[in-house]
Amino acid sequence: MSLSAPTMDYELSHLKTLEAESIHIIREVAAEFERPGLLFSGGKDSVVMLHLAMKAFAPGKPPFPLMHVDTGHNFPEVITYRDAVVEKHGLRLVVASVQESIDSGKAIEETGPRASRNRLQTVTLLDAIASNEFDAVFGGARRDEEKARAKERVYSFRDDFGQWDPKNQRPELWSLYNGKHKKGEHIRVFPISNWTELDIWQYIAEEQIELPPIYYAHTREVFRRDGMLLAITPFISLLPGEEPFEHQVRFRTVGDATCTGAVESSAANVAQVIEETAATRITERGATRADDRISEAGMEDRKREGYF
Amino acid sequence: MAELLRFATAGSVDDGKSTLIGRLLYDSKSIFEDQLESIERVSASRGDEYTNLALLTDGLRAEREQGITIDVAYRYFATPKRKFIIADTPGHVQYTRNMVTGCSTADLTLVLVDARNGIVEQSRRHAFIASLLRVPHLVVCINKMDLVDYDQAVFERIKDEFRHFATKLDVNDLTFIPISALDGDNVVNRSANMPWYEGASLLHHLEEVFIASDRNLIDARFPVQYVIRPMSDAHHDYRGYAGTVAGGVLKPGDEVVVLPSGFTSTIASIDTADGPVAEAFAPMAVTIRLADEIDISRGDMICRPHNQPHNGQDVDAMICWMSEQTSLANGAKFHLKHTTRSVKALVKDLHYRLDVNTLHRDHEATSLGLNEIGRVSLRTTAPLFFDDYRRNRTTGSFILIDEASNSTIGAGMILGPSQSA
Ligand SMILES: Nc1nc2c(ncn2[C@@H]2O[C@H](COP(=O)(O)OP(=O)(O)O)[C@@H](O)[C@H]2O)c(=O)[nH]1
Repeated sequence: MSLSAPTMDYELSHLKTLEAESIHIIREVAAEFERPGLLFSGGKDSVVMLHLAMKAFAPGKPPFPLMHVDTGHNFPEVITYRDAVVEKHGLRLVVASVQESIDSGKAIEETGPRASRNRLQTVTLLDAIASNEFDAVFGGARRDEEKARAKERVYSFRDDFGQWDPKNQRPELWSLYNGKHKKGEHIRVFPISNWTELDIWQYIAEEQIELPPIYYAHTREVFRRDGMLLAITPFISLLPGEEPFEHQVRFRTVGDATCTGAVESSAANVAQVIEETAATRITERGATRADDRISEAGMEDRKREGYF
Repeated sequence: MAELLRFATAGSVDDGKSTLIGRLLYDSKSIFEDQLESIERVSASRGDEYTNLALLTDGLRAEREQGITIDVAYRYFATPKRKFIIADTPGHVQYTRNMVTGCSTADLTLVLVDARNGIVEQSRRHAFIASLLRVPHLVVCINKMDLVDYDQAVFERIKDEFRHFATKLDVNDLTFIPISALDGDNVVNRSANMPWYEGASLLHHLEEVFIASDRNLIDARFPVQYVIRPMSDAHHDYRGYAGTVAGGVLKPGDEVVVLPSGFTSTIASIDTADGPVAEAFAPMAVTIRLADEIDISRGDMICRPHNQPHNGQDVDAMICWMSEQTSLANGAKFHLKHTTRSVKALVKDLHYRLDVNTLHRDHEATSLGLNEIGRVSLRTTAPLFFDDYRRNRTTGSFILIDEASNSTIGAGMILGPSQSA
């Protein structure tokens, strides 16, 4: 291995600065908590987060398992990708299943053509945190995604019920994170809080990180609902007047297949996605998440309940 | 290479802070159509005459209802030159806590002043907090110049008054910019309405202000955060000390001493996941391997034998108190977190409480309440390896945590070892 050229001016690029901050946070959690877990959905933010966790402990492995909250409404490409990544790095994956929460009566399935399991994930997530006794859970949320998130701490304290209290957050100063908690409480940790969508894509390019193929343009059967393109899947039924058609699309986020919208795109590789992202005029949540459009305060309410 | 600049914003209510941030985001094309539509909707439903850019920065429901910003919120925008993180801290009277929080990580503080009102009590407080937190650059935006006919005399008068006050503070780099946040004058582009102003627009200043030399590149400080021992066949004997460089420059071959043990060794290599590096400086996250096998754990400090931090259990510090429920008084005990070390601390002596508006020191004070700042002597249960905050913001800062509630209740800026100890 060769030594990198000395950095004469002692400057770091913004991506290297963000990377260092995230690695610091991840190591801090590994050092201070007994049982951390990392939420891994195969979505690009969680992929970047895992990449950072791999870097943080190199040449060793992250000393914690991954957890996927599986709505059962998946894009098969994402599950294939998820399993391949787990296998490649030799990590442990805990799958928390929303279907099981429904079957056991803990969660009640929404009905109707607009039914989504998005909200039910909270039940499954909190159950899995309790049964795995996780005291810290890494999440890939970013502050630029949404207004309520802009105020959330890197270490976000959750009470016995997993709830977030936006009015009663711990002040967070310097890089000194307060992870103190009592048994039954836990901390949600967001190591990529300060990254924007564009940073994520630039980093994916710079680090040549592999993503599930649905992030790049492909032809798919879709239909239009509320101005969004949704994928035709076995989990969704069409309303009168909704017509399926084939279109060239990609996904900007990966969530429950019933409420994650696709965008029309011809961006087939990272460079083209970056170009599109830099020029794009709609936030990724506004464009592609039916679940976030509920109300002005949609995300804040769900976060209070214990959502990601 | 685009660098990262973090800045905190402060201003009294209605000085135009939200409008200014909205304008920076809007003009740098960091606002998306759906966000714009959403605030247009809200503006229209409220009966506003024009789209209120300030709504972009209103985060939580409670704030929307009260119409004021009540917590630190982080915003992001980028230009081809730099990427910016804004810590948007509310100007409300009792929220010193939030500004201290926002300033703790800031390279620059932006204070807004309403040209019609000039310097008010809160402007002084904001400048003082920025200097207490040793934010290296202070920019004063004199806003609403449109409402004073873009009058240079108004600008000069406020500037002089501020300068006069700032001589009492530790401010290295002070810049004044006359703006109109509402109309965008001198925000992104130089304004034709104020030809007498010869300085840069605000955005230009933010893009150009030199921050690389703000870090301490002299005193090598490496708080050990995590010990990496892979325990796998491939890396059987690997033992690396992971952490974030807190100061100075570290290189392979450097002779180092480890605190508290005092053992010396040399740096065998500085590793990252991308391979070894020739040097490491703040804020790089790296893994150091030493030539000798010595017992090192989290909370230890690696530094150079002839440049060591203070090492002791008696510390003097300025403390900003952040708790509503409890107060700081002599005899109080807390958890204290400093770099990667967690200890307990006892308040030996509250020397004085500082009036953040007048800088008057009240030596009679017996406690610090929410949003109050004072000088305190602490004794810790184990030694800390620290520098004066003015020399190093990382090794000179700590937080205090309530033993009962686990809340973060105080922020400390170290002045040095206790005089009496
Ligand atoms: N005329 C004028 N009004 C301004 C300017 N900047 C802000 N305002 C107005 O001042 C009021 C308070 O602004 P806002 O941004 O909400 O203040 P904040 O409380 O500091 O966030 C609003 O009515 C703004 O439209 C300016 O440069 N000129």
